[in-house]
Amino acid sequence: MRVPRLPFRELRRQPSRFIVATVVLSFLATLLLFLGGLLDGLYLGSTGAIRAQQGDVIVFSSGARDSFLRSRITADVRAQVEAAEGVEEVGGIGFVLLGAQVPGESELANVAVAGYELPPEGVPQPPADGEGIADSSLQDQGVGNGDTILVGPAETPITVVGFVDDTSYLQQGSVWVNLPTWRAVQNANRPDSAVADDVVQALVVKGSGGAGLPASIDAATAEATATLTIDDAVLALPGVKQQGDTFDQIIYSTLVVVLAVVGLFFSLLTLERIGLYGVLKAIGASSRRLFAGVVLQAIIVAGISFVIGSLLAMGAAAALPASVPLQLIPSRFVFTFVGLLVAAILGSVISLRRVTRIDPASAIGNAS
Amino acid sequence: MTVLDMRDVRKVYRSGDADIVALDHATLQVDHGEIVALLGPSGSGKTTLLSIAGGLLTPTEGTATVGGHDISGYNAKQLTAFRRDNVGFVFQSVNLVPFLTAEENLLVVDELGGGKGGKAAKARARQLLEELGLGKRMRNLPAQLSGGERQRVAIGRALFNNPKLVLFDEPTSALDTKIGAQVMELIRSEMKSRDTAAVIVTHDSRMTEYADRTVRIIDGRLGAAAAEVAVAP
Repeated sequence: MRVPRLPFRELRRQPSRFIVATVVLSFLATLLLFLGGLLDGLYLGSTGAIRAQQGDVIVFSSGARDSFLRSRITADVRAQVEAAEGVEEVGGIGFVLLGAQVPGESELANVAVAGYELPPEGVPQPPADGEGIADSSLQDQGVGNGDTILVGPAETPITVVGFVDDTSYLQQGSVWVNLPTWRAVQNANRPDSAVADDVVQALVVKGSGGAGLPASIDAATAEATATLTIDDAVLALPGVKQQGDTFDQIIYSTLVVVLAVVGLFFSLLTLERIGLYGVLKAIGASSRRLFAGVVLQAIIVAGISFVIGSLLAMGAAAALPASVPLQLIPSRFVFTFVGLLVAAILGSVISLRRVTRIDPASAIGNAS
Repeated sequence: MTVLDMRDVRKVYRSGDADIVALDHATLQVDHGEIVALLGPSGSGKTTLLSIAGGLLTPTEGTATVGGHDISGYNAKQLTAFRRDNVGFVFQSVNLVPFLTAEENLLVVDELGGGKGGKAAKARARQLLEELGLGKRMRNLPAQLSGGERQRVAIGRALFNNPKLVLFDEPTSALDTKIGAQVMELIRSEMKSRDTAAVIVTHDSRMTEYADRTVRIIDGRLGAAAAEVAVAP
């Protein structure tokens, strides 16, 4: 079937009929992008340090309930992990969340000092003692290349020797250091949870064996470890899954509202057009053609609303302070666009029955 | 040659427990180029007859053949295609698409038939509108046209596909007497020049003077010979 011209002409010649729906859907599109942007910002800001890991699994101690801060892996357990079937490469990792004094800044910067052995994506080999590779988000807090920041109440110095993108940890910019530097920072500033020289919080493991690798490692340590894939370790970070579930529920509820708005609007429009549709059917228009016109208009209105909503969301994102974790990423635009289109199509289906039931004989009034 | 051939057509509606007979064994033939006025009071069944002739309704009994197509047993989809390709309609009230110009209202017929509104279709629409005296009103929307002009556009739309039969439902009831007479003159000349058959439903006996033949209908029954009046062309 050819693309019908009638629905386009109506949109062009009588745009006022569609303004209310377009305005409402534009705001809903803005809301969807805003909510999605916040979710993405929170997710990316919390999980960057883990997502960047280039291993296959992360090994926690078994009682740590998948938390880096609670987990401790001793040298003995590490040796067992290294000996496990399928394990190829093992690196220790540890985090400590602290405030840091930045030269020339009155406010403390929030940093996550991250000790590592196996470089995450974009991070070079571990630097020398007392040096760190900072996450680029710390530049917003005044950190520059060559700065020596004083970390924690003990004011442990770390000199920034480079930057890396998208490696935040729990909304704090990571500073990647070697394991001895991390231990020094941890022990000086968190003496209650000091770690011995051969202890790390968790292990990043590269290996073969696919889905069987976690079980193989945990068996080799006699269940002294709890091994997660990188994806599972990301979801195990505090609040990440809960945030995701909460925002997803709000986003899907908003899409249901979009569906209801489109459904209601085009139902009313169809009701207004019963006479016209009766005439068009009488002169040879099929229900299919008329319904396709309704769907086409719903899609166009949704598309225009998406463009307006995107511009509004981008304007809002530019106007907001950097402390609001709003990140508008391309995949969120694609998701919102597809979500709006699907909701618009499903919403317009509500009019299908009404269009089908219009009797062409109604064009010549009540049969008498 | 017969264009419309309705034989022994009954149309019965169910209303609660009762059957209402809207058409009762109606038989009517209309030839090429013939204009038949169907005259009857409100509720007499004239609209039902027009609806069956135009493939908007199917008869309960009997047969309706239009241009050689026996449409009595057609399903809804077949009837839609039949109406699009074989019949023209002019309705009682103004039934143009309000957001389309006069020319585009004619091209709707082309679009419904799968056409692209190309040069040939546009030329035909313009030629028809010129003939109907609307050469300077082609780009006007219906709201910018008078009642008589709108009805002339509707006539153009009905003629666009060169139908064998055009059905008029009270085409002048929304117009004043003078404009109504002009529209009827136009209908007559257009039908005659194209040798197109027409059935004009009306309850206004003055309109019958534009028809070749008048058939009366009362209580669903077509008038007998005495009621069938031959009118000089």
